[in-house]
Amino acid sequence: MEIVNPEEYEASHVHRVYEHIAPHFSATRFKPWPIVEKFLCDLPIGAIGLDVGCGNGKYLSVNPDIFIVGSDRSPSLIGIARGRETQDSLVADALDLPHPDSRFDFAISIAVIHHFSSLERRCHALRSILATLKVPNNSSDGGRALIYVWALEQKKSRRGWDEGDRQDVFVPWVMSKQFSTSAKAKGSQQNGQELTYMRYYHLYRKGELEADIARAGGRVLESGYEKDNWWAICSPVK
Amino acid sequence: MKILTTNYLTCALRACKSHPNSFPLHFRDAELQQDSLPFNAAFIANILPRIDWPALLTTAAELGFTNLPAEKPDTVDEKAGMELHRILIETQVVEGKLVCGNCGHDMRINE
Repeated sequence: MEIVNPEEYEASHVHRVYEHIAPHFSATRFKPWPIVEKFLCDLPIGAIGLDVGCGNGKYLSVNPDIFIVGSDRSPSLIGIARGRETQDSLVADALDLPHPDSRFDFAISIAVIHHFSSLERRCHALRSILATLKVPNNSSDGGRALIYVWALEQKKSRRGWDEGDRQDVFVPWVMSKQFSTSAKAKGSQQNGQELTYMRYYHLYRKGELEADIARAGGRVLESGYEKDNWWAICSPVK
Repeated sequence: MKILTTNYLTCALRACKSHPNSFPLHFRDAELQQDSLPFNAAFIANILPRIDWPALLTTAAELGFTNLPAEKPDTVDEKAGMELHRILIETQVVEGKLVCGNCGHDMRINE
């Protein structure tokens, strides 16, 4: 799918949607995914890292012995994340991260990169994340990033997509009544009492995340599939 | 925003990042709040080698903390560790701006 203006497209079909659904979305996002939790808990005490696209900040407080700066494109979600007092979070765009290069021990970006609507922008986001990580050298391993994206191959899920299906899709978010009081916004469809928002996703094929990481100049250390998602742990190259 | 975070922030513009004036960002009209959070000695000892000390001195001085040593210590005793904990973790900038010294762009802080 060729999108003429991906920036405007994402503003309409990703950023504005999250602004509107933030409180409801946040109320459904509280359980850490096991591989993400393990990645964070295996880090050494005092490790400093980023959560790019941290949403409501549910991963910021998983391990109290590390320090995470969370960022998200949605001011409403950052407003919610601010409650986690031992960590910090700010509004930022993954394509223009306000962080110095090569200083971080780790980064996570969970269910974020699939919202960028062109190959170029997905690789740009991966490149910006990799740039923040410590570069490996002869005496140390360098920083590592854990990336999660939604998989095309999820035949058994509620969505039922599989190999061969379209990869660029709209996924409805049905706002429950209790959260829809202020949600008379553009981009929603009124359907009885419920509002439905359509979010844009690029569903990843098997092997595609690894290929994008390589294109962004990173090295894949480990990768796999977990509950309808592809994940990879990667690092910058020497 | 914590002082530790500002040691890890620069201008979002790629063109500014390579310029020495873009780091650290400079506080304007900063309003501080002092929190009370549990002291974790091992955490402080392990973040010490990761800190950019000259940048921390600049930021700390802008906010009125002038008692940090001029050179980064190799290790810290409990007293020095508590002082770092107070500055890096417990001090919050709740209002103000962070300004890039290269392009002048500011990031608003509004907690």
